[in-house]
Amino acid sequence: MRVTVIDYKAGNLASVLKALGHLGTETEIVDGPTSLDAAERIVLPGVGHFAATRRLDETGLTPAIRAAIARGVPFLGICVGMQWLLEGSAEAPDQPGLGCFIGRCERFPAGSEKVPHVGWNSLGIRNGSRLFAGVEPGAFVYFTHSYRAPVIKDTAAVTQYIDPFAAAVERHNVFGVQFHPEKSSETGLQVLRNFVEFSPC
Amino acid sequence: MLTKRIIACLDVNRGRVVKGVQFVDLVDAGDPAALAARHAREGADEIVLLDITATQEGRQTLLETVRRTARRFFIPFTVGGGIRSGDDAARVFEAGADKVSVNSAALADPSLIDAIGCSFGAQAVVVAIDARRDPQAVDPVRDAQVFVHGGRKPAGRRAVEWARQAEARGAGEVLLTSMDADGMRTGFDCELTAAVSEAVNIPVIASGGAGSVDHFVDVFRRGKADAALAASIFHFGVSSARALKEDLARAGVPVRLLC
Repeated sequence: MRVTVIDYKAGNLASVLKALGHLGTETEIVDGPTSLDAAERIVLPGVGHFAATRRLDETGLTPAIRAAIARGVPFLGICVGMQWLLEGSAEAPDQPGLGCFIGRCERFPAGSEKVPHVGWNSLGIRNGSRLFAGVEPGAFVYFTHSYRAPVIKDTAAVTQYIDPFAAAVERHNVFGVQFHPEKSSETGLQVLRNFVEFSPC
Repeated sequence: MLTKRIIACLDVNRGRVVKGVQFVDLVDAGDPAALAARHAREGADEIVLLDITATQEGRQTLLETVRRTARRFFIPFTVGGGIRSGDDAARVFEAGADKVSVNSAALADPSLIDAIGCSFGAQAVVVAIDARRDPQAVDPVRDAQVFVHGGRKPAGRRAVEWARQAEARGAGEVLLTSMDADGMRTGFDCELTAAVSEAVNIPVIASGGAGSVDHFVDVFRRGKADAALAASIFHFGVSSARALKEDLARAGVPVRLLC
C-alpha cells in the first residue's frame, strides 16, 4: 500500500510521514497534479492557515484531488486539510474549500475559554464510523486550532470545546480529522491504520 | 473536555539528559530517546527537549538527538535551545520536532516569532520565558522580570508584558519558568503563573518547582496553567506520569488517562 502525501508548503510533513512509515506504509510526497493519476490513497496534512490551501488551486491540485475522489480513491484531510473539505473558512473568506461537505469553519467565540484550542480532548464517536473502528468512546486525541467545523450529518466524531464541533467527518471514501492523528499516540495510529486499511467497495 | 497537560522535560547536555540543582551539580539521568519513549509510554502528554548548553558543536549533536528521539513516540515534541533563526528552526522541524521553543533569541529579535510562525504555523512556536519576582517592585509578581543566560542576566522586561507581546507576534504557547522556584521542589509559582495566564489568550505551560501532586493541582487551579512541565520528578522514578495523572484525576483535575 502506498499513500500519497500532498505537500502544499504549509507546515512540516515529517510527523505524518513518520506515523505512516511506522504503520509499514510506503509514502510518496507530491506537490503537483499529474502525480495524482496513479494515487492509491491520499493524505492532505495541514498545520497553519486556511489561506495556504490557495496553493492547491494555483498548482492545479484541486481539480486533480476532485477527480481522484470521484474515482473512489480514499482521501484523508488532517486539520486545515479537513477544513478545506468543507465550503470554506472565516479564516480566509475569499478562499473556497472543496465543498465536499456542507458548512463553513468559524473561529471559536472569544470569552469563556482560551483560543486556540490546544491539547488532548475526547471524542464522541458516531456508531458505525469506519475511521474510528476499534477506538474506545471518549478516547483522547491532540488538537491545535482556532477555527472549527460545524456538526453536520456526515460528522463522524464530536468534541466539546466551548460548543460541540466536528472532530471528524466521513462519507464514502472521504475522511477528515480536525485533530492530529500523527500526534495522538495509540488512538491516532489506530485512526491512521483504519484509513490505510479501509477497502473502498 | 479539554484536559490539563503533563509535559515531561528533558534537559540535554552533549546528547545526554542531565539534571542540575540550581544550575550546578549536573547528574546524568540517561539517554534522551529512551527516557522520552518511557515518559510517552507512561502517559506524558508531550515531550520537551531543551539543549541547555546549545554550543555550536552541540548543534549537530542536538539534531542527531532530536532525530533519534522523535522516532520513538507519537505525541507532540518540542525542542529548544540555541534556536536563533528561521533556518535553525527549519532544521529542528526537519529532524522531527513539532514545535520549537525560543527564548533569548526572540528577546533580542522578536520578529523571529513571526518568521517561524509564518513558515510553520503559530502552533509551532513556543516562547519560553524565564522570570523572577522583583522584590523591589510595588507588585513583585506583576512586575516579575525576564532573565536570560540561565537566569543570570536581566533582560530588562517584565514577564507579563513580554508574554503579551509574544502573543501579539503570533506565539502559539508560553512556557513560563519561575527562576525562584526552579529545582526547589517546593511548588510552582502560582501567583506568577496566574498573572501571565490571565494576561494572554494562548496556553501557558508552568515550569519550575514541581515536587508533589499537590503542586500540580495548585498550579492548575490557582495558577490557571493550561499545562505543567516537570523534569526531575519523572527521571529518577520518583513519580511516573501515569501515577501523577491518576492522583490528579482523583483530585478532580481533568487529565488524559491511559486505558
